[in-house]
Amino acid sequence: MSRRSILATAALGTVLALGLAACGGGGAAPTPGQTGAASAGAAAKDEFNASIDKIWNPSDKKGGILKLANNGTWDSLDPGNTYYGYSFNFIRLYGRALLMFKPAPGKDGNTLVPDLAESLGETTDGGKTWTYKLRKGVKYEDGTEVTSKDVAYAVARSFDKKVHPSGPSYLNELLDWPKDYKGAYESKDADISSAITTPDDQTIVFHLKQAFGSFDYIVQMPMTMPVPKDKDTGSKYQEHVISTGPYMFDKNEIGKSFTLKRNPNWDAALDPNRPALPDGYEVALNVNADDIDNRIISGDLHVAVAGTGMQTAALSRVLPDPALKARADNPSLQRLWYTSVIPDVKPLDNVDCRKAIQWAADRTGLQQAYGGELSGGEIATGMIPPMLAGYKKISTYETPGSKGDEAKAKAALTACGQPNGFETNISYRAERPAEKAAAEALQQSLGKVGIKLTLKPFPQGDYFQLYAGRPAYVKENNIGLAINGWGSDYPETFGYLQAIVDSRTIREAGNYNLSIKMPEVDKLIDSIKGEADEAKRTEMWAQIDQLIMDQAVTLPGVYAKSLLMRGKGVTNAFISDSQQMYDYVALGVQQ
Amino acid sequence: MITYIIRRVIGAVLMLLVVSVVTFAIFFLVPRIAGATPEAFASRYVGRTASQETIQLMAQRLGFNDPLAVQYGRFIKGVVVGSEYDTGTSVEKCPAPCFGYSFITQQPVWPDLLDRSRVTLSLAVGAAVIWVIAGVSTGVLSALKRGSFFDRSAMGIALAGVSLPIFFTGMISLVFFSYNLGWTVPGGTYVDLTVDPLQWAYSLLLPWITLAFLFAAGYARLTRAGMLEAMNEDYIRTARAKGLPERTVVVRHGLRAALTPIVTIFGLDFGLLLGGAVLTESTYSLNGLGKYAVDAITNNDLPKVLGVTLFAAAFVVVANLLVDLLYAVVDPRVRLS
Repeated sequence: MSRRSILATAALGTVLALGLAACGGGGAAPTPGQTGAASAGAAAKDEFNASIDKIWNPSDKKGGILKLANNGTWDSLDPGNTYYGYSFNFIRLYGRALLMFKPAPGKDGNTLVPDLAESLGETTDGGKTWTYKLRKGVKYEDGTEVTSKDVAYAVARSFDKKVHPSGPSYLNELLDWPKDYKGAYESKDADISSAITTPDDQTIVFHLKQAFGSFDYIVQMPMTMPVPKDKDTGSKYQEHVISTGPYMFDKNEIGKSFTLKRNPNWDAALDPNRPALPDGYEVALNVNADDIDNRIISGDLHVAVAGTGMQTAALSRVLPDPALKARADNPSLQRLWYTSVIPDVKPLDNVDCRKAIQWAADRTGLQQAYGGELSGGEIATGMIPPMLAGYKKISTYETPGSKGDEAKAKAALTACGQPNGFETNISYRAERPAEKAAAEALQQSLGKVGIKLTLKPFPQGDYFQLYAGRPAYVKENNIGLAINGWGSDYPETFGYLQAIVDSRTIREAGNYNLSIKMPEVDKLIDSIKGEADEAKRTEMWAQIDQLIMDQAVTLPGVYAKSLLMRGKGVTNAFISDSQQMYDYVALGVQQ
Repeated sequence: MITYIIRRVIGAVLMLLVVSVVTFAIFFLVPRIAGATPEAFASRYVGRTASQETIQLMAQRLGFNDPLAVQYGRFIKGVVVGSEYDTGTSVEKCPAPCFGYSFITQQPVWPDLLDRSRVTLSLAVGAAVIWVIAGVSTGVLSALKRGSFFDRSAMGIALAGVSLPIFFTGMISLVFFSYNLGWTVPGGTYVDLTVDPLQWAYSLLLPWITLAFLFAAGYARLTRAGMLEAMNEDYIRTARAKGLPERTVVVRHGLRAALTPIVTIFGLDFGLLLGGAVLTESTYSLNGLGKYAVDAITNNDLPKVLGVTLFAAAFVVVANLLVDLLYAVVDPRVRLS
């Protein structure tokens, strides 16, 4: 090889490595991944919030593959072992619980409707016993018929939290299980008739320890989706869930991706709730969150499964661009971002010191810290978000422009014996920039009245287990304020509020209720449990919210909102109040 | 030579043991010192409203109630002789090397590591080929044309390559080449080599180039410096005086001498990459070892963290061993004693 050849070879190598990254080459043919989504143009006119309270691009045309991606890993595809909100939404494509939320936009989507059951639950003893009749003829993907015993088995297997640790434990707590019962695996031959009975193949009866008026909300959760006992593989069941919905698993690589195809044994006549429009679903897992946004913007992807909203990088692209913003929706969530004001830590054991924080806080600054009005949320005045019963705008600490009132804050400080202010620590989850910004915003506004906050970031995985959620650590380390957040399991105030305001839930570690220890609140919760009148329950929730604010043990930040984007080529897009994201049961693909 | 290899292998095993002890201590001992109880550990792996009883059951199942030495011993025993896992309906045999089961997905870790290593290996090998060819050839050319326009341009680009982070170049490349022009595949696309070699290369083209861009820059600068030094040596003048062709002078006498530090750094870089190209895999959503490690740490999935750390450490140790052995081939002045 001549010197010229060496130079030519070297130059080629250089061009290959350094040049291609900058210049590229080739034609502009669509990539295999782009074909489906990008080629299907949207039929409806794009408009901001077009999927809020109405259906965007309605269609009943079947066909196409809906492409979704998730920036994390599913907790589990097993109906007995999942707890993520998006999973509750998606799982209805391959599983049928006794009840489900109506796939409808806005408030209508908060309505419970029968799914596997023929009707909502019936109780004759004030909510202690609940009976459901199953639709006859519903089949698994293998053609065998679903019976009430399969539902009973599904509930009994989900009881075993050693095998199914991630799922909700409502039914473990509510049902009257036999003493020392350990679930369907360890207590194989146990008589569970004190908790569940199945008088015939179409009837299932739940026996509760005590009356619970909202039981229908519990049985819409995936743990009542039937599981055939002979096909159950315990913790490995997630690798092949036996479908009762319109779709069944085709390929499933745990932690990487899975696909769904049509279930030939699903009968549309027995399922009034699911239009089952796409021919299948492709779901990629563990995809870079920024990349998901870019792909939705470009049309390569239809839906970000997690439904938690676009990332900051994409927001700066979408919001200033009218064409992109017109494809976005800005739903309210049943979620509150707030700060726990912990009365165990001095001088916050004095209510006036806590009130000083309420008066000094610049709530508009907090709102900006959480992402502003669109991706952060509305300024909150209490603990109950507007979508839930019991919500009332609380004006106890109202200040001009919500920017705080230094004079009132200083008066409160004087009343609590700390006229020059005091020092305390504020904790937040280190991996969450919005929480850090919120802590900094409070540091700034409280600093104006002499309340000096020292920021204490902690790893989010251990935040509640080792730090902010462990009362002993909080006291020892003078953590007076802790940034916190909470969302509802189901759109009912009990499911949302009880876990974070009932002092009897507080344990040695792993608490989410960090600051509310009020006997009068506990008492009201007990009254609500036994109250059949919904109006009275609603009034009592409002009382609880007001009591908490009077004691100033939490500083509400924002009622959360998110910014979602409709993928190009989707049909039937709407956001229901129950899912607070696109309803995956309804979505279709433009044909 | 064989004694040397045996000695190095024993050293490597001891090194891996130390790595396992340190990793175990970071994730199991340090939280205990910070006050974590077995229940606090277990509460990471249950639903958010789990009862105290559920948390205690989980602590028992995952073995958090045992002394740390017992927990570590159980882990090492699993690696050496395998272990068993109760799925609820059956007891599954996990053959050696068993790195345990994910606390979250309840999937065995070892098959995951093997599966993910295919993606990482594909990424590392392809990128390495590009960066070595591009980096070394650019460095040689720059040295031979010192001070020329090419030299200045190439070194300028190299500086940019070293300076620009992958999450920036990667994301920009994806938006531009994949989503705007449609020339390359979207993020998260990987086709296995055994399924379709052409699609395999096509699916990895952008990650390869992005990763290679970063490394090639450093290699170009290193090669240029080495070549400039070597080409000024007396033996080069002697070689030219003997009438050897310039190509032989450059390749056999100049480049060969300049290659020793390149081989050293290549061994380290390649070994580290095999343990997971964290940023590249995360940016391009490639399910390789790097992304696996990030996800494991984010989710506090301790068996995965331990498994991927040991796996990655093994790659680095083996790569170093190979580099030491390669010295003798590249540089005859080096002899193993």
